[in-house]
Amino acid sequence: MKICVLMKQVPDKDSSIKISMDNLSIDESIVSFTTNESDAYALEEALQIKEKTDSEVVICTFGKDSAIQVVKDGLAKGADRAIFISNKDKEDLDILSIGKIISKKLLDEKFDLVLSGLQSDDDGNAQLGLIISELLNTSHGSLVMGTEIDGNESIKVKRELENGWFQWSKLDLPASLSIQSGINTPRYASLKGIMAMKKKTIDKFTIDELGCSEINSKVNLDKMYIPQKSKSTEYIDGNPSEIAEKLVDIFKNEMKVLG
Amino acid sequence: MKILIYIEDNDNKINSNSLESLKAAQEIKANKSGQVYAVTFNDIIANELTRYDLDKIYSFKNSNLDDYSPLFFIKAMENMIEEIKPDIIIFGHTYQTRDWVPRLSARLDIPFISDCTGIKIEDDLKFVRQLYQGKVTADFTVSSFPLILSFQSGSFRADQISNGSSEVNSSNIDFNDVVNTIHPDEKFQESESEVDLTQADIIVSIGRGIGKEDNLPMVNELAEKLGGNVASSRPIVDSGWLEPYHQIGSSGQTVSPKLYIALGMSGAIQHVVGMKGSQNIVVINKDSNAPFFELADYAVVGDILEIIPKMIEVLDS
Ligand SMILES: Cc1cc2nc3c(=O)[nH]c(=O)nc-3n(C[C@H](O)[C@H](O)[C@H](O)COP(=O)(O)OP(=O)(O)OC[C@H]3O[C@@H](n4cnc5c(N)ncnc54)[C@H](O)[C@@H]3O)c2cc1C
Repeated sequence: MKICVLMKQVPDKDSSIKISMDNLSIDESIVSFTTNESDAYALEEALQIKEKTDSEVVICTFGKDSAIQVVKDGLAKGADRAIFISNKDKEDLDILSIGKIISKKLLDEKFDLVLSGLQSDDDGNAQLGLIISELLNTSHGSLVMGTEIDGNESIKVKRELENGWFQWSKLDLPASLSIQSGINTPRYASLKGIMAMKKKTIDKFTIDELGCSEINSKVNLDKMYIPQKSKSTEYIDGNPSEIAEKLVDIFKNEMKVLG
Repeated sequence: MKILIYIEDNDNKINSNSLESLKAAQEIKANKSGQVYAVTFNDIIANELTRYDLDKIYSFKNSNLDDYSPLFFIKAMENMIEEIKPDIIIFGHTYQTRDWVPRLSARLDIPFISDCTGIKIEDDLKFVRQLYQGKVTADFTVSSFPLILSFQSGSFRADQISNGSSEVNSSNIDFNDVVNTIHPDEKFQESESEVDLTQADIIVSIGRGIGKEDNLPMVNELAEKLGGNVASSRPIVDSGWLEPYHQIGSSGQTVSPKLYIALGMSGAIQHVVGMKGSQNIVVINKDSNAPFFELADYAVVGDILEIIPKMIEVLDS
């Protein structure tokens, strides 16, 4: 099979976020960047399918030049090659526009499977894998928590539903799957993998080179701000011992939850 | 403005998240004038909707719409949108919405602003959503309509929806031109949970801030000393450190204990929906901007790895 994994670079979850003076972006100088969590699970799922079938795994990343790190990490873990689309020409595209650009490139490749994380930890649109399924006219499954190869014509996926329910669904190939975190245990890159990465191909494109310079966003960011607190909260300070004493006192005497 | 709202059917019951979003539609209509239409794929639901202030209710019938099946749902909605040409199409941000609406957006080339938490009705409309896992809020505008929106559960209150009386236009639809490539099986639940956290009075809940599996014993000890149960966010379960039944949130359990102690967790919406009904919420997090603090009755900005052992000491003495 020929498998594509869509991977994105996002701020690390432990980074604190500060909004820039223009109120339209965050201060990137104080955040560290990493691979989007569910995308790492998507890559692992692709690598496991590759081990069971005879497959090629291709990473596709859209983003700024620093995002090439995501591609390199994925290649070191075992992906075969990569496609990198630089967003330098247009930085603030909405998700539908990004979907159109990526689809334009994927169309030539004729993948059997496109895997993506179900949601990014920055914008959180949770749409890309589904948009791509429509533009490439494939089947789709979202919130995927398990896969089972089912011959050459279809794949079975276990989908997560609300409140602890699940459902298996049979998808005709080609298919686009958006992968939920927790589906597998992502591997670390081995030293051998890191050495091998250096010889793997990364094909780089700009939006212009893909013939997509006409694509424009209809959704525009107006302003970013730090959420307002509406609930009244009592802050407890002190050193760890003082805090612990105050908390236990509150449990006993104010909340009356301790016997 | 013409607004179309999709009302989701969950086993012949109205999905509450999609119903709440009707409030958003009514607010836009009140300020910008126009019509609000509802569409659903179930006659029982359509009839229940007649008590709300709606300009018309459309109900489509076909056996392929009885259970959720994305490609048929998309086709039915495509027909509806072509017929009434709405400016705004609204959904609740449910798991079904996640599965089919982005695809509808791509098919019709109509942008979709997903998981909104509010709207601001000024000269133009602004759509509010969270970024960076709730650490930032942002307003969005659009350069043209039509537009698709979905609203996060809890963004509007269903009891504020205006009542009225409206009529149902029920019709059959045929799907001759749908090539179905997606074949869902029956729904099922995984094994029942061993511990029923819904009955717990005190829940000590840990997130990724616990750092490593080796730190779990102190959490168990704290819970034991408090007479409570241990719960967690999803990443702890994903890492295999705790069994799935410990997970609180949209894909885990929903609890409302007397005391919920959130240790080293950021407060992502998918977690918070599972515990926001708790009577007392204590949040300990080292990042003073963690979104969880918005929900806290008592808050500590500090390191859980230092505070947990001290709490155990105090409880011992
Ligand atoms: C469809 C869907 C369903 C989901 N369902 C669920 C669900 O049911 N339940 C759920 O929980 N999540 C769910 N999630 C995941 C959710 O979006 C979040 O990713 C997750 O809840 C984050 O977990 P966390 O708070 O433990 O981790 P993070 O978001 O990484 O937060 C860790 C926090 O710990 C703090 N911290 C770190 N070290 C320390 C320390 N030493 N002392 C104090 N604080 C520290 C950090 O400041 C940070 O705020 C779902 C996601 C999706 C997309």
